[in-house]
This record gives sequence, C-alpha cells and structure tokens, in this order.
Amino acid sequence: MANTFPGGVHPPESKSYSENRPIEILDAPETVIIPLSQHIGAPASPIVEKGDRVLMGQKIGEAKGFVSAPVHSSVAGTVKKIDFHIHPVTGRYEPHIFIQNDFTDERAAELDIFGENWEEIDPKKIVEIAREAGLAGLGGAAFPTHVKLSPPPGKKIDTVLLNGAECEPFLTADHRLMLEFPNDIIRGLILIGKALSAEHLGICIEENKPDAIRILSERAENTGIEIYPLKVKYPQGAEKQMIFAVTGREVPSGGLPFDCGCYVQNVGTAKALFDAISRGKPLYERIVTVSGPILKNPSNLLVRIGTSYEALIEKAGGATEDIGKLISGGPMMGLAQSTDSVVVTKGTSGILLFGLDDALSRPELPCINCAKCVDVCPVNLMPTRIADCGEYNKIDMAQRLGALDCIECGSCAFICPSDRRLLQNIRFAKSEIQRKIAEEREKKSN
Amino acid sequence: MDLVFLGSIIELGVLALCFGAFLGFAAKKFHVEVDPRVEQIDEILPGANCGACGFPGCAGFAQAVVDGDAPVNGCIPGGDSVTEAIASILGKSAEVSTPMIAALKCRGGKERAHDAFVYEGVENCISAALIMDGPKACPNACIGLGSCIEACAFDAISMDDNDLPVIDREKCTGCGACVVICPKDVLEMMPADSDVWIACNNVYSGKLVKSVCETGCIGCRLCVRECPKDAITFENNLAHIDYEKCTNCQICVVVCPTGTIHTKRTGEILNDAPKIRAAIEKKKAREKEKREKLKAQNPNVK
Repeated sequence: MANTFPGGVHPPESKSYSENRPIEILDAPETVIIPLSQHIGAPASPIVEKGDRVLMGQKIGEAKGFVSAPVHSSVAGTVKKIDFHIHPVTGRYEPHIFIQNDFTDERAAELDIFGENWEEIDPKKIVEIAREAGLAGLGGAAFPTHVKLSPPPGKKIDTVLLNGAECEPFLTADHRLMLEFPNDIIRGLILIGKALSAEHLGICIEENKPDAIRILSERAENTGIEIYPLKVKYPQGAEKQMIFAVTGREVPSGGLPFDCGCYVQNVGTAKALFDAISRGKPLYERIVTVSGPILKNPSNLLVRIGTSYEALIEKAGGATEDIGKLISGGPMMGLAQSTDSVVVTKGTSGILLFGLDDALSRPELPCINCAKCVDVCPVNLMPTRIADCGEYNKIDMAQRLGALDCIECGSCAFICPSDRRLLQNIRFAKSEIQRKIAEEREKKSN
Repeated sequence: MDLVFLGSIIELGVLALCFGAFLGFAAKKFHVEVDPRVEQIDEILPGANCGACGFPGCAGFAQAVVDGDAPVNGCIPGGDSVTEAIASILGKSAEVSTPMIAALKCRGGKERAHDAFVYEGVENCISAALIMDGPKACPNACIGLGSCIEACAFDAISMDDNDLPVIDREKCTGCGACVVICPKDVLEMMPADSDVWIACNNVYSGKLVKSVCETGCIGCRLCVRECPKDAITFENNLAHIDYEKCTNCQICVVVCPTGTIHTKRTGEILNDAPKIRAAIEKKKAREKEKREKLKAQNPNVK
C-alpha cells in the first residue's frame, strides 16, 4: 500500500497527451521579455540599462532584500527597453526587461564552476550559489531556494524530500525530467542534504509514473536515498500532504515544513541546483509541458525564461479549435490567462489549452449539505462552512474555522455536486482575515 | 369572581412585588456612574454605526470622545454641526473641517473599458480582484461589482447603466467606508464643495492606457498647461488636482481630450464651454504677451 494522506480527489489524469514525448528544445525567440518578479517576495531591481549588451546567464536584476531572487538573461543580446508587460501570475502590468536576441548564445561566467568536484563544496557555498543562480522553486510557487535553505537557527531539518509527485492532471514536465536527468536530480538532492546536514533523503513519486520510480531506484542504489511511491491522488504533491504521507508528521497550523524537521523541494529545482554548482549555469531555462485536449502536438519543451506563451503553443502545433481557456500551470491550481503574450517565468510548469466546451462554467446550485467537500479536504477543514462565512462576511468565524490553513487546492470545489464557488469564497475570507490582521498590527504599532 | 382567578392575581402580585424590590435594591447597590455627557453625545451622533471614526459604533465613539481618546471632530458623517454640538457639550473648541465626499476615479464602465476575460465567479469586487487582478483589461479600473454599494451605510452609492458606481453627493457623508473596501483603490475623498476631479486611477504610460480604455488619462498634460491657477500637477502618469488652489473654473474639463476630468456640473458644462474657451484664449494671449515682453527685454534669450 502506497503512502498517502486523508482526503483528496481523483481528477482525470490526462497525462497520456504528453507523458511519452521526450523533452524538445525550443529555439530562443527573437526577443525575450524577462519579468523582474518571478518569485515569491520582493521583485528584483534591474541592474542593466537600455542599450546594454548582456550575455546568456548574466545577472540583469539584483535581489532586493533577503526574500527575493536575482534574475538572469536567458539569451545573449541587447537590452531593448525596461517596460511594463502583463504578468502571468499577478495579472497586472509589471516591469519586464526586453532583450533583443543576437543568437550568439555567448555564456556569461559569473558563477564558480565545480564540475566533477561538486561533492567537495562547502555547505555555506551551496546556499550562496543557490542565491546567485536565482533559484526558485520550479514546482509552481517559485519560493526563493536560498531562503528555504536557510532555516531559522534552532530548527533542525533531518528529512529532505524531493517532490516528483506531479499530482496535477496534464502536467508531465517533472516526469520527463526524472526520466531524462535522473543522475542530476540525485546529485542535486545530495547537495541539498549537505547544505542542511540532513541524514534522511528521499524522492517522492506518484505511482502513475512507474518508469520514473524504476529508473530513480536504480540510480539511487548505494546512495542512501529512498524512493517513496505515493498513491495517485490530488493534492499529493502539496508539501504538507507529502510530508504526512511519507513521515507521518504533521506541519503545525500556521507553520512551515521546517517546524517538523522536513524540507520539500521540487525535482526540477534539485536539478537546477546541480546545474548551478557543477556547470555554473544560473536558472534561465526550464521545462514546460504544453498540453490540452485541443492542442495538435502536446509536448514537453525546454524553453528560455521570457519566451512568450504564443511561441510555445506554436511549437506544439497550435490549437485545433477555438480556445476557451488558456491556463498557466495545472488545471486544478493553475491560473487562467487572458492573453498568450505573457511569458514563461521560473514558476511556469505547464501551459494548457482547453476548448470552449471545457471552459463553460456551470450554474451554482444550493448546498445540499452532503459534506463531500469535508471528506476530501486534505487539511481537514469544513470548506462549505468557511465558504458560507466568506459569502456572508463572517470573517471572525471563518478565522476560527481555520480558513488560513486552507492550501487552496480546490478539491472542495472540484467535488461539489452543486458547483458551489467554495474556493473563491474561502479565498475571499482569507484575504479579509489577512486584511484584518494587518489592520490590527498597524493599530498596535501606532 | 372566581377564586382561582383571584388567587393567581394575588400570587403574581406578590411575586412582582418581590422582584421589584430586588431589582430596586440591585439598581441602588450595583449602580454604575455613567457620564451624562456620553448619553447626550450618543443622542446627537448620526447613529449609522458606520465605523469611520475607528470606534465600535456611535456609542463607542461617544465614550471615547468623553474620555479624550477621540478628537472632537472625529465623527466624519456628522459634519460640522455634530462637531460643534459635541464641542459645546464638552466645553471644548472645535476646529471646523472641510466636509469631504467620495469620488470615483474611473470612467471606464463596460462601454468605454473592455474586459480582459469573462468573469463568472462570486459577485463581489474583492473576490474578482483576487483572480488575475480582476476582469477589466485596465489594471486600475473599477471592477463594477458593487462592493462599495454594500459598504455604504448611508445608501449614497448606486450603480449606473454602464456598471459604474455613482455617488450621491447629497447623501454622501464622507465616512470613507467605500474607500477602504475598494480593492482597486479607485475611490478617493475630495472636498464636498469642489466640482471637478480626475476620473482616472492609472499609473501606466498613455500608450498602455489607450489600449485598454477610451477615457483614461493619457498623460498629455493639457490640463496642467491650461489651468489658470496652476492647481493641476502631473506625477506618476496621472494628473492631480490641488483643491486648495482649484476654483472650479472647469477649463480642465473642457480641454481634456479623453474626457478624463469629471465634473458634477455635467449639464451646465456645455453652456459654459464657450465662456471657458474664451478664458483659455485670453490666458494664451496673456502668456504670449508676457513672452514677447520678455523677449523684448532680453533679445538674446529664445
């Protein structure tokens, strides 16, 4: 019996579109548009100016503060301008750096290259390189890796888990990565373990990827790394649910994984860390799944950061019918986009296209109190009650019901037979609670 | 009379006497001194419990103002009359403040500013703004789902045919509840006796604004140049009116090429237009004269 957590849902996996398509390289576009904010935290501040020549992998934005990450140019070329462009995560117009590609792909040498001696690196240097290489979680949330690698003093991390669950339907980027770069992933994991001096290392993979489990088990022999097959269920790849499934530990309410001695990182980030340390390569490209029922040739593409979605969709053969919905990320937690001119960032794991039929929203019916949402909630909340509190502005009560612990996985809204807007009302309640907390804090400081 | 009936009257009467005596005793014994001024002030307050003062309702404010925790002019909806009444009760002097009202810094209703996507979720601006910053293509536009209408305790906001909230200048008391609730910060307080305001909230370049809205501020700075009192400044891609200097002459309303500057005198403005144009011409002539004079004095200066 594979490890798992209580609750969860089983959306159609739909991985067959792209899971057998090897990673293809998408040629760099003529112009890359690189967002200065590609991570959680303060946006980077630009350190290049219009007209400057930049090299591939050159730092063009410096991290502002600790919870922030630098950004690097993904091509060699000239800075055309720094201007506002629509951002795929916030939906707002955010500053981007536009770089005209000169197709020389001249590499900048800014990071120390450890090559074959990667194992001899000093743990402190690992964190430093993670920061300089602009690493951010490649699973989707894009939390700066160096921040995660520096737990507060007194917090001992004994378990490092790599997340290869990829529980979102359609997405296969991590799956292909595990099949094609198993050694890099394992080395990246060893490096993370070294940086945190953790004894226990593991890689978690959902059971619907038996080939990845097999290949990683083979390569991980004699390294002390354990491979954990997980039950196929959404949201198995959420870090708190994964920690519970593997170790049986629960992250306390309002806490982070290090509060229970664990650390979870996406497999892609582990490979990027190894690339940065062994090959001196900052994070300027990533693997993106381009898939969906109406796409001609669903594929897994290795793309430069700053390539527009349009170019990726074109490479994948384009849509066969009218597009009803364009989603950045997976269909459960991803963000629907209003335009295909947005660009790939560090957190873009997939681009999905759906037809008009799939984009229809069904009418909202009254709650029949079936408690299906309560059964499936992976955090053991009562989604229907919290959503009601949101709808009727009972913010204090929503807080008492634990609204802030909601991980916004959307399982409740997925399972609801009445198609109630559960997640949206919970998100409203959460934002109001956070506003209230901020207000109180402000009052206190005055 | 029926004996049972009489018996119950006596029984209840005795009970009532006992309870009455107990209540009377308790009232004396556990008497709490209430400052009579609190009650007096509570009576003159508007009683809408809007919370604009920062205290829990009007009674909370009355207590706070007597305790000295709240300023005498803390009740914004009450305005000067209430402030003066409170001041006279407390024997303090009150500074008369300018009454403020809310103004909508956007004219991009559904006809003038298009949507970027179809929004089918919960009918509430805050929820809508959580999804890709709201359905409007303009990143700063009014979403138009009416969270401000719900927030208004004085029923001063209504929705027009263009899905934009309209503020009733008579009913608005300036409590600012709508300004706080708006997720797009598209509502602003302005002096109630001023007529004009910049009905745009963007912070982006004119090119971007033009692509998402027909009536947004494109940053031409015509209003800045034509204002006879130099009351309009331009910063962060948007014009701002300094109400200390503004005389409600409406020149800016007429010169604005995109109709961004809004006036409460919509009907009158057309009649005024020739007058305003004449004023602009006059100002131009005056400036030209000034320039020529300068030129005559210093022929070397261009």
